[in-house]
Amino acid sequence: MATSFHGVGAAVAALSSSPSNSFDSKKLLCSPRRSFPVRKGASFVVARSDGSVNFDLNPKARRAQQLIVNAVATKSDSSPASSSSKPGHELLLFEALREGLEEEMDRDPRVCVMGEDVGHYGGSYKVTRGLAEKFGDLRVLDTPIAENSFTGMGIGAAMTGLRPVVEGMNMGFLLLAFNQISNNCGMLHYTSGGQFTIPIVIRGPGGVGRQLGAEHSQRLESYFQSIPGIQMVACSTPYNAKGLMKAAIRSENPVILFEHVLLYNLKERIPDEDYICNLEEAEMVRPGEHVTILTYSRMRYHVMQAAKTLVNKGYDPEVIDIRSLKPFDLHTIGNSVKKTHRVLIVEECMRTGGIGASLTAAVTENFHDYLDAPIMCLSSQDVPTPYAGTLEEWTVVQPAQIVTAVEQLCK
Amino acid sequence: MALSQLASSSPSRSVNLLKPLLSAISLHRPISTDTTPITVETSVPFTAHQCEAPSRTVQTNAQELLNFFRDMAVMRRMEIAADSLYKAKLIRGFCHLYDGQEAVAVGMEAALTKKDCIITSYRDHCTFVGRDGTLLEVFAELMGRQAGCSKGKGGSMHFYKKDSNFYGGHGIVGAQVPLGCGLAFAQKYCKDEAVTFALYGDGAANQGQLFEALNISALWNLPAILVCENNHYGMGTAEWRAAKSPAYYKRGDYAPGLKVDGMDALAVKQACAFAKEHALKNGPIILEMDTYRYHGHSMSDPGSTYRTRDEITGVRQERDPIERIRKLILLHDLATEKELKDIEKEVRKEVDDAIAQAKENPVPEPSKLFSDVYAKGLGVESFGADRKEVRATLA
Repeated sequence: MATSFHGVGAAVAALSSSPSNSFDSKKLLCSPRRSFPVRKGASFVVARSDGSVNFDLNPKARRAQQLIVNAVATKSDSSPASSSSKPGHELLLFEALREGLEEEMDRDPRVCVMGEDVGHYGGSYKVTRGLAEKFGDLRVLDTPIAENSFTGMGIGAAMTGLRPVVEGMNMGFLLLAFNQISNNCGMLHYTSGGQFTIPIVIRGPGGVGRQLGAEHSQRLESYFQSIPGIQMVACSTPYNAKGLMKAAIRSENPVILFEHVLLYNLKERIPDEDYICNLEEAEMVRPGEHVTILTYSRMRYHVMQAAKTLVNKGYDPEVIDIRSLKPFDLHTIGNSVKKTHRVLIVEECMRTGGIGASLTAAVTENFHDYLDAPIMCLSSQDVPTPYAGTLEEWTVVQPAQIVTAVEQLCK
Repeated sequence: MALSQLASSSPSRSVNLLKPLLSAISLHRPISTDTTPITVETSVPFTAHQCEAPSRTVQTNAQELLNFFRDMAVMRRMEIAADSLYKAKLIRGFCHLYDGQEAVAVGMEAALTKKDCIITSYRDHCTFVGRDGTLLEVFAELMGRQAGCSKGKGGSMHFYKKDSNFYGGHGIVGAQVPLGCGLAFAQKYCKDEAVTFALYGDGAANQGQLFEALNISALWNLPAILVCENNHYGMGTAEWRAAKSPAYYKRGDYAPGLKVDGMDALAVKQACAFAKEHALKNGPIILEMDTYRYHGHSMSDPGSTYRTRDEITGVRQERDPIERIRKLILLHDLATEKELKDIEKEVRKEVDDAIAQAKENPVPEPSKLFSDVYAKGLGVESFGADRKEVRATLA
């Protein structure tokens, strides 16, 4: 793979930046061929081993982005009469994940699923329901409660070329497999000098649920984010859940897919045809002019709820679902910052060492000259998640706080 | 030459009378590559747990014995040379030497094919060589040069050779056993009819993930063989101070186990062949290799604070694997003392040449810091310390 150094003097790779208000979740080809954001004062070229430098857009794939303005909701947004005439099919987020998984298992016999209760039980969140009957016990494997070893086994199998999808019943349980994920999954490609690739997908639900208690409400993206060699993505809608699942399975890198316990019953209409979502790309949820709000996973819905209030008050927020937690899509984010000059980050991680902390640093370092105000970061409180409902509500960011923050930022 | 054929194929003692005559006549008798079977008994019988122990009688032949001798001589010489290089500060960091344990590596290779997988922890130099790794790759990697098997980026604890199914080379003890069971799972999934040998030490034998992985392997009937290289010391802690039950071959409980004299290459070969056959049909089995390391745990450990020098010299005199093979070769008159010494001299030269070549080899380019982080480049940017001087794209 080629690398490039500052000041090489080669031609700057100009990015064909599409207009910001139609930068929707494109259906891109799997190989992430992208050029680098043009930075003020810097000039360097990204040269790839396949020689291409451009952005590849699939011309067939312009799906009008549906704005989801409700917070976590289960009601469908179209009446039964019209749903039959619209293209695509409606389903819930967990069904979208299953569809993506099933399609990939049909497509590639090397894909297998390992996890607790994924087989005969059908998955604790029904993501793998029906797969064991269809594909058999060797491809959908029920493991004992032994995260450290079955994650390790998944990684070992991936070293030979299999493509396992390892499920943590709750992301928090994967803390037991931290050694395997950090040392073996993330680093083996590097320490073996490129001999082994680890095309594994590690997925599971995390985040603060409904009074699940401290140990079952963890946000592991903050712990995993500094492991070199892995990619992290967080899905938030049925559309991107299926797309990201498929892209993650097809990726040659190890990918950790973060789902959220409260988002499994979201309903959306998704296309019938085959599509994937780019793993390194952020999603423009609502274009705007006044402030950039960066968010992901469940907080997207809190932000959109706050956005309704903000619009009534006369503000025009631009909401971006960053989706890719590692690496950050600094291209989309940068274009947005250059337009609005104000950034608010809304996340579910803890204040200390969370994704928001890294994102704040990344945006400050790269786009400091474009900022008119310091970046505000709203995160969860640095406390174990309490059981009592009212207290739990106060650990995470609520729409009212988002509204206040935007008002403060735009003063 | 007819006379030499007579000499090498005849097992009887009468050949001794002809010996001086033969060495006088045959100025250059080629080292025997005879494959007529020779039957040898292992030093001690096998001890079995939940299975039938294989027979003590092992079939071997001249070619195999001489290969054992040569391979073990290479490994021994390589490790001693690594010791000197470390003291000369050409090898840095951690360096864990395998001398004394060579019989496990060569015996295992004799029972396996390159389709079978081997995975071990950080004491991996000799296992790598057994899997057709070259001496240049070893020394270059130890010295952090480009020609190393991991391009200089892995180091002593991270040797890998994908084309020979050698999966490393792992720094965190015990973590390689679930990986090994994953390899076995992949073999079963792809119907390879091959097995995986996951090696670990008596120190790692107390890791929980071992038992987790063994449980899953037994449930799913995977062709995994867990090999405990018991050199009786987990770094500085003797086995009886670390394990309530140091009978490692029995700790699999429901999984069968076999205790093997790990200093006897032929016993190791017999046990591994038996284990391979067992695992392909009946799932996991544990092998405990009773072996010994002459060096300390690593180069920073003198190895004498927790054991006596007498113990070390005692084992070296009575159980040294190379000496055992040498005696066998001389007993069956497959080569003369002088020929064996010549082999050792040749090996020494080979090792010295490889070291010289490795010393010439350049260190990796700075841009290689950022290569191979991801399998497919993402355009992720990485910065140098001051965030201005170096800007590179992670590839």
